[in-house]
Amino acid sequence: MLLSSLIALGLLALAFGLALGYAAVRFKVEGDPLVDQVDAILPQTQCGQCGYPGCRPYAEAIANGDDINKCPPGGESTIKELAELMGVEAKPLDAAHGEDAAPKVAYIREDECIGCTKCIQACPVDAIVGAAKQMHTVITDACTGCDLCVEPCPVDCIDMVTVDPTTASWQWDFNQTPRGDIPVKVIS
Amino acid sequence: MKLVLSSSPHQHVRRRTDQVMRLVIYAMVPGVIAQLYFFGWGVLIQMLIALVTALVSESAIVALRKRQIGQALQDYSAVVTALLLAVSLPPLLPWWMTVIGTFFAIAVVKQLYGGLGFNLFNPAMAAYVMLLISFPAAMSSWLPPGELAAHAVSFGDVVSVIFTGFSQSGYDINQLRAGIDGVTMATPLDYVKTQVSQGYTYSEAINHRQFTDSLWSSASLGWSAVALAYMLGGLVLIQQRIISWHIPASLIAGVAVTATFLSMINGDVYGSALFHCINGAVLFGAFFIATDPVSASTTPRGRLIFGAAIGFWTVIIRTFGGYPDAIAFSVVIMNMAVPLIDYYTQPKVYGQQQPVKQTQGEP
Amino acid sequence: MPYDFEQIVERIEQQKFWAFPGGVHPDGRKHLSNQTAINTLPVPKQLVIPIKQHIGTAGACLVSVGDRVLKGQTLTSSPHPFSVPVHAPTSGLVTAIEERTTAHPSGLPELCVVIEADGNDTWTALKPIADYQHQTKSSLISAICEAGIAGMGGAGFPTHIKSTARKKVEFLIINGVECEPYITADDRLMREFAWQIRQGIDILSHLIEPKVVIIAIEDNKPEAFKTMQQVCDDTPAIRVVQIPTKYPAGGEKQLIQVLTGREVPRTGLPADIGVMMFNVGPCYAIADAILHGKPLIQRVVTVTGEAVQKPQNVWALIGTPIEHLLSQAQYQLKKQKLPTVIMGGPMMGFTLPTVEVPVVKITNCLLIPAKKELNLSQRELACIRCSACADACPVSLLPQQMYWHSKALELDKAEEYNLFDCIECGACAYVCPSEIPLVHYYRKAKAQIRIQRDDKDKAEKSKQRFEARKARLEKEKQEREAKHKKAAAARKQATQSASGEDGGAKDKVEAALARAKAKKAEQAQTTENPVSAETQPDDNKAKVAAAIARAKAKKAQQTEAPAVDSTNSAEDERKAKVAAAVARAKAKKAAQQTEQDSTANATDSAPAESAEDARKAKVAAAVAKAKAKKQAASGAPTESTAETDDDSDSREAQRKAKIAAAVAKAKAKKQAAEQAGGEPQNPEHAPAESAEEDDSPEAQRKAKIAAAVAKAKAKKQAAEQAGSEPQATEHEPAERAQDEDSPEAQRKAKIAAAVARAKAKKAQREAQQSGSEDNE
Repeated sequence: MLLSSLIALGLLALAFGLALGYAAVRFKVEGDPLVDQVDAILPQTQCGQCGYPGCRPYAEAIANGDDINKCPPGGESTIKELAELMGVEAKPLDAAHGEDAAPKVAYIREDECIGCTKCIQACPVDAIVGAAKQMHTVITDACTGCDLCVEPCPVDCIDMVTVDPTTASWQWDFNQTPRGDIPVKVIS
Repeated sequence: MKLVLSSSPHQHVRRRTDQVMRLVIYAMVPGVIAQLYFFGWGVLIQMLIALVTALVSESAIVALRKRQIGQALQDYSAVVTALLLAVSLPPLLPWWMTVIGTFFAIAVVKQLYGGLGFNLFNPAMAAYVMLLISFPAAMSSWLPPGELAAHAVSFGDVVSVIFTGFSQSGYDINQLRAGIDGVTMATPLDYVKTQVSQGYTYSEAINHRQFTDSLWSSASLGWSAVALAYMLGGLVLIQQRIISWHIPASLIAGVAVTATFLSMINGDVYGSALFHCINGAVLFGAFFIATDPVSASTTPRGRLIFGAAIGFWTVIIRTFGGYPDAIAFSVVIMNMAVPLIDYYTQPKVYGQQQPVKQTQGEP
Repeated sequence: MPYDFEQIVERIEQQKFWAFPGGVHPDGRKHLSNQTAINTLPVPKQLVIPIKQHIGTAGACLVSVGDRVLKGQTLTSSPHPFSVPVHAPTSGLVTAIEERTTAHPSGLPELCVVIEADGNDTWTALKPIADYQHQTKSSLISAICEAGIAGMGGAGFPTHIKSTARKKVEFLIINGVECEPYITADDRLMREFAWQIRQGIDILSHLIEPKVVIIAIEDNKPEAFKTMQQVCDDTPAIRVVQIPTKYPAGGEKQLIQVLTGREVPRTGLPADIGVMMFNVGPCYAIADAILHGKPLIQRVVTVTGEAVQKPQNVWALIGTPIEHLLSQAQYQLKKQKLPTVIMGGPMMGFTLPTVEVPVVKITNCLLIPAKKELNLSQRELACIRCSACADACPVSLLPQQMYWHSKALELDKAEEYNLFDCIECGACAYVCPSEIPLVHYYRKAKAQIRIQRDDKDKAEKSKQRFEARKARLEKEKQEREAKHKKAAAARKQATQSASGEDGGAKDKVEAALARAKAKKAEQAQTTENPVSAETQPDDNKAKVAAAIARAKAKKAQQTEAPAVDSTNSAEDERKAKVAAAVARAKAKKAAQQTEQDSTANATDSAPAESAEDARKAKVAAAVAKAKAKKQAASGAPTESTAETDDDSDSREAQRKAKIAAAVAKAKAKKQAAEQAGGEPQNPEHAPAESAEEDDSPEAQRKAKIAAAVAKAKAKKQAAEQAGSEPQATEHEPAERAQDEDSPEAQRKAKIAAAVARAKAKKAQREAQQSGSEDNE
């Protein structure tokens, strides 16, 4: 009796062990998808305002439990998404890391540029082209507006300019639209 | 003057929500007149009580929710809810029950869910179910139709019974319910149910004054006339495109099919399709209750399923359940299933099929 | 089961059509404007031609302000295939090329060419192609493109892209449905110019080679139907049909469904199901372009609504301000409740933010409704889920669900309900009893989704760029290290070969000696741990110092700028700027010189060193620049120039001094080695005096360290040899540095410190090199 129950239990244990072992192999999670998921939400400006050298390191930090409110370029929407993903409460942006502002791009005042290449070295996404002692310019499409090129410039010739809305980026907000008058003279 | 900007379309049909609701109210007129004729002034009193309660509770809740009272009352939805509930209630129901029911419909079923458009359940029917469960006796105390009643009930009597429980001549509700044969009259459905449960056959059961005096054998006196009057109003609504034909048609079909199926199994115990359709609240429910847009299904196929399922449940509960009629229960049950139905009956969007094969190589 | 070609043709013969789901029947009100012939407008004084009037890419402007242009002259061009040019609608003078409000609901400005008409209306040279049947298709298509023909209602899709048939086309559908209420432009065009439309159809048939051409006209336009039938009855391959009036039967997808029963796949084009569709407007324009050589510079515009006295159709030049059209039709402000001008029809048109907006290629109608004509008020009530919208939707969407999700900004769910299949026809909002502006919610949601997608794309791109950069930097680092190693190996070889010679190649000997000394210095350093720790990050410190200097300069500029403003006149400020510019130029020059020096130097030292030097030179240049800035800001123009002169000189001098020091040291070393330590030169002092501006405590500290190192070195030398004199030369400044009593002494200490630091740096660098040599 005792023997049979022991055998039964042993067989059960063996079966479950095999099942678990199989599951562990079969459904193995490759890498750390959480970091990838977090990274996918971050805006990839690589600005470092969060205190980490780029978006991925911050994603890793979030996955390890860091606060989710350190990303000013992402703003509220990113925090909301991160909160949803991480299952934590969305909190307001940590002002210590900067403020959520309208999207910007860097602009080099080209006649003042001395061609020092410092901004090129600072740009995390290689969005500035130019060579030593040649005028530099920003590839607007690739610029993430991270601000990192502004500080190194020895002649302060880089401005961050806000991106104006265009007809393509307009979101049907009639309040943005300047409106004209009907000239009264056309009444006959 | 600055130019005005707005988004297209700049044109609208001139039928607004409040007009839709008003048309529904007008469509109830034939049914209400029939009810007045057969069941006396009670209906009118109940409508009045429900209306006042609905408007007061709607205003109060809207004020509590800090919304604009005027706008909420403007849409007439509270009025429609109150009237639908009032005509469903026994005419001599004590006034406070009507008040409780109406308040429940407006405050709990509608406003607590977020107001018009957000309520999951049909407010009138949810309130009816609540009253039926809470006060089963009072809720089934219908007067016999005028011609069969032993006591003539005057307007003063009606008011007196509703507000005090006794008529001017001192009868209580149960005495008033006595038929000319001196036996307390049950509603036709209730009567047949009781008879069948006592071992009579279905055809024996309907061999009763309530049915024999009527237009045809399986229709009950008064009740069927009221039902047909409501159907008349409902047909006008369909003609006016206020409601679509899907729900009434499928509901009636659902009742008919289920009843036919059952009576084919055992015609002695189960009522015929006509019996089920013409008696009780099936026609009223098909045109006025199940078609409430907020709590009904919204896709064309979904509406068919919704209606048919209500019909099915109505017959099933009438036959096997504890209550003689079941429109309210069925509607509330199916209200719960609406999100599911809607989700699975989404119409095929243009261009979503497989692309048509090019007829290349043809001469 | 889709129908095949024969079945469809048979049904069309029998005037039997399919029906699309939903649809609405708004009041057409077409009689308002279709009673009179198309009027020709007088040429306005000024025309505003937006350079992009189609979907796709805008061309580059070919004219400039002040140019005279002729009627029909091309104004833009682009090599991009998805681009059509715009043309001068009349002859005149280009007075501006600037951003103006154009025909877009946003009212945001876009680039426009403004032409002042000269009144002559002189045509440019036209190139008609009369015998188009004998031309290649590609030449005809490019002629259509050159004429600037794009869709003339809705989005403005370039016609030449459409007419480039890549797939076999069974049905060429000519859309004369014009289902939108009020608009009668196509109606009048068909009535009056049926023959030219026919010519356009012939050209398209020639290009596309369809099996059958179907001209579809709604049955509320019997006159147009009759006229089109008359001009087409000679060709059996062209069938003119009347379809039942129902909005939006004129939508491309809906019309295809009505005529053929086929549905355009959601990700595909009509061509995928063997259908191609053109509106009558482009047909007319194509005939104009091919047979007359005239580009698309005018179009028929319906000006209608009860708030104009004379509703009518007009031939309007592209670029005509709509103000001009309104006054021609006798606009009456007092008939409107609030001034509203709609471009397009009441169902899909958009309100204009100003009446200066020009007529563009897509402008088919201007609707100016009177007070109670349209139900413009949008008193939004709660949705009662009546699903009238779903019943009206021609695409079988669930507008209600899309509305809930769009409003709650649950964009992914809205998309799940096929938001992007919405054609924005407005049928849902038209029937909504709660007057919910449903389409507005969809548009907003769509715009937001598009922006989110763009952001995601951009983030992805940024990530890739960031990662590519990281990889590149890593690679560069490795390459640099490899180069260092190689260079070191080469040097070692050179040293070995040079060691055989006595004094032939002096440079080499010197270099070798210097290195040898450095080695020793390094050994000395390793014995004194704190010292080595201090000298190790010397380069970094130089950078830090430069940064500090720059920061100081900036700060100085900031703090002193207001002072300059308040005290000095504008003249002074100007001078300061000039001075700053001069200073900057000098600084640059200095930087260049230093670099040249370094390259010169690199010829006699190792190549690896030159890279190092170049970087240092940059740092130096930056420091110099910062100084220049500071002086410029201090508001003493003349002095600043002088000082910058000094500065740059001193920099140069310092560099020279370093070299000299190295040379001298090497010499001294040599002498010492030869046991002739009597008169070692100490040339350090002379040039070092110019290095006196380095007066930070940091420098002093460094000087001390350097002195200590020097002492250590000297001691070692003394231990090895008997020479006492060289020790004295190097020992002396160190002692003076410690002596801080008199300002004179302090000054000297500073000089010494600078010298010592320079030496230490060099020594360290050499030590590193020799270190890497040793490693090999």
